[in-house]
Amino acid sequence: MEASERAVQVSGVSKVFNPGTPRQVDALVDVELTVAPGEFVTLIGPSGCGKSTLLRLIASLIEPTTGTITVNGKPAGRARLDQEYGMAFQQAGLFDWRSVVKNVELPLELKGWDKAKRRERALDMLALVKLADFAEHRPWQLSGGMQQRVAIARALAAHPPLLLMDEPFGALDEMTREHMQAELLRICADTDTSVVFVTHSIPEAVYLSRRVVVMSRRPGTISHVIDVDLGAHRDVDTREDAGFYKKVTEVREALRGHEVDKSLMATGGEDR
Amino acid sequence: MTRLGRVVRAVWPPLVFGIAFLALWEAAVNVFDWKPYFLPKPSSIWTQFTDNLSSIRAAVAVSGANALVGLLCGTALGVAMSFLLMRFRLLNDMLSPLAVGLNAIPIFVLVAVFNNMFAITSEIPRRLMVTLVVYFIVLINVAKGLRQVESTHVELLRSYAASPTQVLVKARIPNAVPYLFTALTIAAPVAVITAFVSEYFGGTQNGLGSRITSNMTANTAAAWAYVLGACLLGLAFYLVSVLLERLITQHRGGSPGGGTT
Repeated sequence: MEASERAVQVSGVSKVFNPGTPRQVDALVDVELTVAPGEFVTLIGPSGCGKSTLLRLIASLIEPTTGTITVNGKPAGRARLDQEYGMAFQQAGLFDWRSVVKNVELPLELKGWDKAKRRERALDMLALVKLADFAEHRPWQLSGGMQQRVAIARALAAHPPLLLMDEPFGALDEMTREHMQAELLRICADTDTSVVFVTHSIPEAVYLSRRVVVMSRRPGTISHVIDVDLGAHRDVDTREDAGFYKKVTEVREALRGHEVDKSLMATGGEDR
Repeated sequence: MTRLGRVVRAVWPPLVFGIAFLALWEAAVNVFDWKPYFLPKPSSIWTQFTDNLSSIRAAVAVSGANALVGLLCGTALGVAMSFLLMRFRLLNDMLSPLAVGLNAIPIFVLVAVFNNMFAITSEIPRRLMVTLVVYFIVLINVAKGLRQVESTHVELLRSYAASPTQVLVKARIPNAVPYLFTALTIAAPVAVITAFVSEYFGGTQNGLGSRITSNMTANTAAAWAYVLGACLLGLAFYLVSVLLERLITQHRGGSPGGGTT
């Protein structure tokens, strides 16, 4: 695969916060990650393992201490300026003073699209997330799940090849969450978008991903990469599939692996 | 419940209470035979109010104009300064503690200083005083609104490669608008009070504040009539500011960060 054919390429990336101070934190050490076009990759790991940091590095919201990151063949900073990716967070982050459709228009507005064109695109995106009837509503009139769908429509409005998501369904109830996961897979398949997705939920990671990247903390590194070969088409039955359970167990074991290691280290350090 | 029904339900308790209170007041003055200089009867205050209506109206116009001019100037200055503080970090670090500190001391006394600077008949010292008081209230609130933007909004806009000016226009200013109107509901009554109190420090004796003091010994009921005028003026300022705030929040659906349907 040529560099330009990769949706994301992270090579030898480390991130140190507050270097040279007592508050120095080695958030990430020597991270290597490649995401193919159209691929759905999930980052999972304990709190403080640097998964959100890795996502923000790919988004060029922060700069790596060492290493290089390319998005769609461009340096991450350039990719941000060219809006090569869309982003969604745990908080939908909608602007209360704008109508739903105007929220979706925002990234296009900043790209300098003319009014008619961006309205047309925004309405298309709202249709994609099945909220066409709510275009003129205010964000606070929608439920949490609907708000998150608006956030996804906004992230995809400029048709970026890549979607970066930081626990976007973390604040939703279980039922809404499963529904949103299915919707997200459908939308990404429809739009041929690659996704890097951060989550705490093992079933969510397995259901959504083609690959689950398991991270460990102190320092933050990638410990396992688990391929999820459940096929491209996934629906309600997938969640009850024996293969699904097998993968959930595999990811759980991978996550627990570090906890065992860590507890060994902890007891080893104690006086006995 | 109908709209009218709701209005009636909201209005009758304070109305009944108000009437009962006035009746009790009137009765107490009669029964205990309080002297007018101690506490005049509501009925005699009302008589004084209607008899002196034209001069009360003139006094209201003077104090009201001072309060309004000061309110507008203070708001304009406060908004302008909060933008400057947002833009220049160093200026903010230098001036913010000063602004908070100044706001904590009773700066009414500055009127005496202003009175020395201008002609004895000038209204400028009082307007300056109101401006100053309003300025701090608006500055502190609007600066907060400009700065306390949701971090998700800032990250989103950065991910769209938005310039600092675009972040200002798309996120910070809209975020600060409700803060401005909250500041106005606080500042409007304070502007009126400051306008009265400023008159106690000399200058032309034509406003409500000076009329109240000058009548207090000779004709207490008349002084109270001016107090009534002052109440009405303060109420008018407050109601207009609340109405403005209501209009804005209705349009946006709730106070900052809030959301009710």
